[in-house]
Amino acid sequence: MKADPKGVMAGAYFIDGDHACAEGAIAAGCRFVAGYPITPSTEVVERIAERFPLIGGMFIQMEDEIASSIAIQGAVWAGKKAMTVTSGPGFSLMMEHIGLAAMTETPCVFVDVQRGGPSTGLPTLPGQGDMMQARWGSHGDYGIIALCPNSPQESFDLTIKAFNLAEQYRVPVLLMLDECVGHMTERVVVPPAEEIEITPRRYWEGPKEGFLLFKAAQDRVPPMVKAGDGYNIHVTGLTHDERGYPVMTAAAQEKLIRRLVDKIRLNSEAIVEYKEDQTAGADIVIVSFGITSRVAIPAIEQARREGAKVGHLRLITAWPFPARRIRELSGHVSCFVVPEINYGQMVREVERCVAGRTRVERVSHGGGSVHNPKDIYAKIMSCGKEERR
Amino acid sequence: MTEESMDIDMSMPTNTVEEFLRMERMPHIWCPGCGIGTTVNCFAHALETSGLDLKKVSIVSGIGCTGRVAGYLKLDSFHTTHGRALPFATGLKLANPELKVVVYSGDGDLTAIGGNHFIHAARRNVDMTVVLINNFIYGMTGGQVAPTTPIGATASTTPHGNFEEPFNLPYLAESCGAVYVARWTAYHVRHATKAIKDALLKRGFSFVEILAPCPTLYSRRNRLGDGLDQMKFYRDNSEVKNDADTKTVGLSFQGKVIVGKFVDKDKPTYLDSMNAFYAQKFGDKYSPYKG
Amino acid sequence: MADTEQKKKGLGSVVINAERCKGCGFCVEFCPTHCLELSEQYNAKGYHPPVLALPEKCTGCNMCGLLCPDFAIYGFLFKKKKK
Repeated sequence: MKADPKGVMAGAYFIDGDHACAEGAIAAGCRFVAGYPITPSTEVVERIAERFPLIGGMFIQMEDEIASSIAIQGAVWAGKKAMTVTSGPGFSLMMEHIGLAAMTETPCVFVDVQRGGPSTGLPTLPGQGDMMQARWGSHGDYGIIALCPNSPQESFDLTIKAFNLAEQYRVPVLLMLDECVGHMTERVVVPPAEEIEITPRRYWEGPKEGFLLFKAAQDRVPPMVKAGDGYNIHVTGLTHDERGYPVMTAAAQEKLIRRLVDKIRLNSEAIVEYKEDQTAGADIVIVSFGITSRVAIPAIEQARREGAKVGHLRLITAWPFPARRIRELSGHVSCFVVPEINYGQMVREVERCVAGRTRVERVSHGGGSVHNPKDIYAKIMSCGKEERR
Repeated sequence: MTEESMDIDMSMPTNTVEEFLRMERMPHIWCPGCGIGTTVNCFAHALETSGLDLKKVSIVSGIGCTGRVAGYLKLDSFHTTHGRALPFATGLKLANPELKVVVYSGDGDLTAIGGNHFIHAARRNVDMTVVLINNFIYGMTGGQVAPTTPIGATASTTPHGNFEEPFNLPYLAESCGAVYVARWTAYHVRHATKAIKDALLKRGFSFVEILAPCPTLYSRRNRLGDGLDQMKFYRDNSEVKNDADTKTVGLSFQGKVIVGKFVDKDKPTYLDSMNAFYAQKFGDKYSPYKG
Repeated sequence: MADTEQKKKGLGSVVINAERCKGCGFCVEFCPTHCLELSEQYNAKGYHPPVLALPEKCTGCNMCGLLCPDFAIYGFLFKKKKK
């Protein structure tokens, strides 16, 4: 279905990633945001607070991130599309509720504008150290989707995609910006509403009698309903059966949690998205995401000028991870180079997928700035010195 | 048989409370003599006579014995995370103001881990009803101390006795901005029913504290007998003082219990304030928020 | 004789779900007319459920029903039959 023109600020703008994210949420139909100020994400909610009153949206600054991350879930069950926004320390606080959203299959969006960590870290400077936390941060097993924009334009586009995926898979979706993407100002084109495709909530349209809120329909995803429609739903974070009633047995656990994991894992072909450049026939492939994917470009270009056959695979979805594609590439590539603003997180996924078949090198950076492209270039060139298999 | 007896309908009516319960989930998990089930009767009867559209009533609870109430009530019910029923309820209500949102949870859930959310929800005067069942203990997890455990009482994490000052919940609620504050005990079933009904129909953040026995943990650890003994204690030691100054209604270990309706005032709700504010700021450009 | 039987009936009565009862004793203790008693019998869980020992004293006030934490008893008023 098309976006509601009422919220869409069609036109071309010179805005930063945080602001673009807010516009993306509005274009996607988000009309409830609960948040808490935290650098470098605050501008997202500031813009939402500015825009919402005149487009029928509800923004509330809650007392903390824990409250924000569950207030949005209440709003979802009342029928709204909802989002919260934070950075590292707040992301850590929200972990329990990301798990709750996954367990109760509550479609919503969590934005993490990553900064230097751990702990209070570097509030105003970039980091990409929350990537593993995005996948595994809440206790227990569940499937999750995480997207990585690398520009303000992508912040706009991928926020819409995040909402669409959330509705399609009845799952919380994480949008992993970083301080650079969040605070860099670039041209952002907001298309007219009729050119924006949004996924509406898949409400149950059948009879009330016998409706099961947690019984999977297509793609392992159950349909939604909302409070107030007379379904007498029960939603709990306890392990539950298809009615939603707590059933605390190993059998119920296997049935439910396996589906929550498989819902993403076995639909990953449809969810995974990445962009490739000259990977066919490449000797060396850079795997990157977020701002680092742009910093890597001058390094890659220089290496190519010197004769190296370098490909570039940029993650749009960090989770699910494009395991199949990495495995395919490992068949002919002699080295993967993974630059990231952390001490080695997504590189572990590459290592896992190639299972020792291919050399994997990391270009780590603790955070506080982006990589110097020279460091990425140096690593690429050091791979080239290895004998080809 | 006489004329008179033929005039009397001897058929057995059903228990109307069962219409509000997910009977397929009975029996519930609460102990013999636990007061939570008693409060559920009060709640069901209050709902029944309130005239509210039951489809629009949503129950939100946290974790704990009282938190299980959501799972047994046949309404839209949400069993959320420990301490976070109030922010969830805030999201539910603000996203759809037509919903009648009730938070039904325990003393530990709402005022320890949930304390921050409690004070802010009251401060904001979001239109919701909070039923807090106070059994002075963390029951579900085996009897640990709570912010309401009186001085001198024993709990599993204060095995030598609690020395921390407990909350005076009506005082806390009033000082944070609640527009309706009442306290009753599980013995005072009719008063509690009326208080819950008043709170349901009241606009704004309405708070009802109901003291209830925890025979298995609080009573047993403190040698107070069983649930019935605790109920008799409430009967014999409660004093009804409507409009009492909430500063004076703090509780001590096996001390006098002041019950009554302490606060009942009118104040714009969160949404009233928001709509009035934006209407003034934006004039015709602003449409009142209805969800 | 019929008149005496009529006098023995109260204003109402109770319905007891004996199997649900967990023997807390609230209903027996707090019935305003003390017409309930714990039975000598046991239910399957081993508790003594209540019985309406003095039916003529039952006022159908439903105090027992409001108090019962296990939804095992409730009171009701006798109604006049519609003609």
